[in-house]
Amino acid sequence: MRYEVPKTLEAAIALLAGANGRGRVLAGGTDLLIQLRSGRAEPELLVDVKAIAEMRAVEAAAGGYRVGAAVTCMELIENEAFARAWPGIVDGVKYIGSIQVKGRATMGGNLCNASPAADSVPALIAAGAVACIAGPQGRREQPVEAFVTGPGKTTLAKGELVVSFLLPRRAPRSGDAYLRFTPRTEMDIAVVGAAVNLTLDDKGVCGSARVSLGAVAARALLVPEAAAALIGTRVDAVALARLAAAASAACKPIDDKRGTKEYRIKVAGVMAERAAVIALERAGRQI
Amino acid sequence: MSRNHVSTTVNGDRVEFLCETGQTLLEALRDELRLTGTKEGCGTGDCGACSVMVDGRLVCSCLMLAVEAEGKAIETVEGMADGDTLHPLQRKFIEHAALQCGICTPGILIAARALLARNPDPTEAEVRFWLAGNLCRCTGYHKIVDAVLDAAREMRGG
Repeated sequence: MRYEVPKTLEAAIALLAGANGRGRVLAGGTDLLIQLRSGRAEPELLVDVKAIAEMRAVEAAAGGYRVGAAVTCMELIENEAFARAWPGIVDGVKYIGSIQVKGRATMGGNLCNASPAADSVPALIAAGAVACIAGPQGRREQPVEAFVTGPGKTTLAKGELVVSFLLPRRAPRSGDAYLRFTPRTEMDIAVVGAAVNLTLDDKGVCGSARVSLGAVAARALLVPEAAAALIGTRVDAVALARLAAAASAACKPIDDKRGTKEYRIKVAGVMAERAAVIALERAGRQI
Repeated sequence: MSRNHVSTTVNGDRVEFLCETGQTLLEALRDELRLTGTKEGCGTGDCGACSVMVDGRLVCSCLMLAVEAEGKAIETVEGMADGDTLHPLQRKFIEHAALQCGICTPGILIAARALLARNPDPTEAEVRFWLAGNLCRCTGYHKIVDAVLDAAREMRGG
């Protein structure tokens, strides 16, 4: 197995494209190293992307943010300006493993690992994040909700990699939040995750919203019906009950050791409602 | 198979070693550099026994390749004491009997020192959350948390 640390995106793409599908991107490595150890992944080439400046930067872009796919979770958590703008994304990032794991793990890796229970993904979807992808055919952009196609599967073609995430300009009176249910408070995998991102007008009426659920289907879901329950309301008890019902109705979960289908469907509604209350409070602070 | 040449700094000393690409930093520390203070527990990033600092960041050395250590500054438990003088955390772990088998102890010491460097006056809850990635199967954690809080008190000068 060969190890390369290209300094440019072009060099990384050339290396990956030349590896005949036997190359793997190494960002934080917190998933990849476990696959290497177990033999589930047997690449011939590891392309360490952490020397590519564009993938390691958090910067203002188009009124919003561009977050490099290889920025570590701890770096993002410690970025106070980003955490103020997108507290819901930071909620999700904070759940990704221990302090040690977050010292290495990245949002790019969390997305590309394509686990249905990835904690940062519903928050990114609710935020309206776009994945910026580069490959031998050039660059393309894709909304995060369309990037994962199933467990462990993404739209990445050979030689492509996720470079960064683009977060849109934040309107005033906006708030987002991500919550998950786990039997333990730390170091666990989501039974259900729910993210809500909303914007209020100057009268406190919800003008726009996005809702995303994790761990209740083969991939994280964008749930427009749940968002529709909030839009045009003051996010009162009636709207929250409709949100919960729509969230539960969108679930297509499996039974596993973490929870039954029935349980996940019920809890998804509860988590969505609670996340909406936190998002509302965060938006309200800006009135 | 060609081996990778790595130059790095461990506890302030310049070191060089050769490693296979698939070798973890933990394996390089223990098997190439013979620094066996850092322990392997699970090998999958769940237990924290292999915790070390890399460029000031707390990480699991089992989740990092040795080749990734090129040019980095690594800190391990071997660098905690100042000669024969134990670090306050080490002393408090002994005073509070905060260990039994000792496998988790080097990782917890490194993790706790990283916490106190960021937050010299943590609450009990903050200590417990920070150390959530360090598993101990002997103590039940209470004595560990007591030792960390006591060390923090002493290090603050109180």
